[in-house]
Amino acid sequence: MVGPNGSGKSTLARCLNALLRPTAGRVVVDGLDTRDPETVWAVRQRVGLVFQNPDNQLVATVVEEDVAFGPENLGLPPAEIRRRVDEALRVVEMLPYRRHAPHLLSGGQKQRVAIAGILAMRPQCIVLDEATAMLDPRGRAEVLATVRRLREAAGIAVVHITHHMEEAVRADRVVVLDGGRIARAGPPREVFADPEALRRLRLVPPPVLELGWALRAAGVALDGPPLTVEELVAALAAAAERAGRAPA
Amino acid sequence: MIRIVDVHHTYLAGTPMATEALRGISLEIPDGQRLGLIGPTGSGKSTLVQTFNALIRPTRGRVEVDGVDIFAPEVQQRRIRQRVALLFQYPEYQLFEETVLEDVAFGPRNLGLPPDEARARAAEALRLVGLDPAVFGPRSPFALSGGEMRRVALAGVLAMEPQTLILDEPTAGLDPQGKAELLDLVEALHRRRGLTLVLITHNMDEVARLTERVVVLAAGQVVMDGPTREVFARADELVALDLDIPQPAQVLRGLRRRGLAVRVDALTVAEARDEILRVLGTPPAPGEEAR
Repeated sequence: MVGPNGSGKSTLARCLNALLRPTAGRVVVDGLDTRDPETVWAVRQRVGLVFQNPDNQLVATVVEEDVAFGPENLGLPPAEIRRRVDEALRVVEMLPYRRHAPHLLSGGQKQRVAIAGILAMRPQCIVLDEATAMLDPRGRAEVLATVRRLREAAGIAVVHITHHMEEAVRADRVVVLDGGRIARAGPPREVFADPEALRRLRLVPPPVLELGWALRAAGVALDGPPLTVEELVAALAAAAERAGRAPA
Repeated sequence: MIRIVDVHHTYLAGTPMATEALRGISLEIPDGQRLGLIGPTGSGKSTLVQTFNALIRPTRGRVEVDGVDIFAPEVQQRRIRQRVALLFQYPEYQLFEETVLEDVAFGPRNLGLPPDEARARAAEALRLVGLDPAVFGPRSPFALSGGEMRRVALAGVLAMEPQTLILDEPTAGLDPQGKAELLDLVEALHRRRGLTLVLITHNMDEVARLTERVVVLAAGQVVMDGPTREVFARADELVALDLDIPQPAQVLRGLRRRGLAVRVDALTVAEARDEILRVLGTPPAPGEEAR
């Protein structure tokens, strides 16, 4: 989910797990209507939110206690809590840090612990509200790799709110919000095909997209359109071959 | 001109938690230069720039601003901080006054300027960052958007009328348009006022666009220092340090690996486009060459 600041991304994210209730309309999670106050905890077990600032979402003084916080609140037996905590920490690759103090971890590690806390609830969907915005490139890469694993291995739906278009292009589906409305939606290849539309929506494309557009404008036929560095390299190599410029 | 000679800094020196953040750094930054300071997290970038204006006193070494040793006993460090201004990461967290104008006027007031003059300077600084003082001055800083708050914080350091502006991750957390606007603004400040710029960022496309020289830190030491284009041409070394290179250069390197005879030192989209068109044998349209 992308869109300029103030477009409603975070508000919508908070509607997805009943932190906010819509003033009109309905949000239904797994058949549960968030307008019904009785559903709140069931909804939050199914949809977990990770916020932007890694420094203010961990509550315990030891990593594994933080991850256990949710399952304990579900009233699960201790052995089940233990199993879930270990499993969640293993998925985010933080098991070796289970007895560490959260405040001594890097930003990327903190965000992964926050994700583990949600995983331990066995959710259906995880919502990352600019969860990579405050991280350095390594921390971002760690969190993104974790999120990919969740989707591929555990089949958990991921709603990733980000200003980094190079993250958005890797999604199955992109929703662009503008002024509290959905301005565009579709596979990234469609949403990112039209430079003018993106500029109108105040989205600044990553340089690799601009380069692809500039080459097409100059008459280079590119398959795709390419969305990532690897795709553009592959498309250009193919174009070079067609032009008879490929190396022997 | 900023000149630092063999600067070392150890946090918590003399304790079991001692950490050596800077290990013998020497550097000269001439007036008006646009310098990018890059390096992995923990390499010492933020520590280093805080020695430039005496926010951190290095455990060893010498720091000079305009030929003056800034740690000499007779030097007023407040004056140094006026000349060498530092905008921290997420500076909007440090806004605190009731109105935007008072917040921006805080620095000049602290310099001892009379209230009227401090406010006049604040109004001028707000204009510089593209915020109309009549509109934004009376507002609460906390009622602004993230990008606006960041610009108010920048106005706060500009109101000190510094010669050098150090920006630590100035675009982190802003939306793409906010980022683009802030970079345009910084570029314009350099052009119009001749400010020396020191930019710390993980975004290499920002470094490519804004700087003429790049210094790379790793583990508290300078490991590369040179013109921006030359430093980014040493991509393998940067990648080994866990650093990125600008995206246009990444594309060219990918093509080179596939056997195409492209130059790999383009920094901008326009340069990369022209180089690719050259290799494909499609000449750029007249008037479309990169500047």
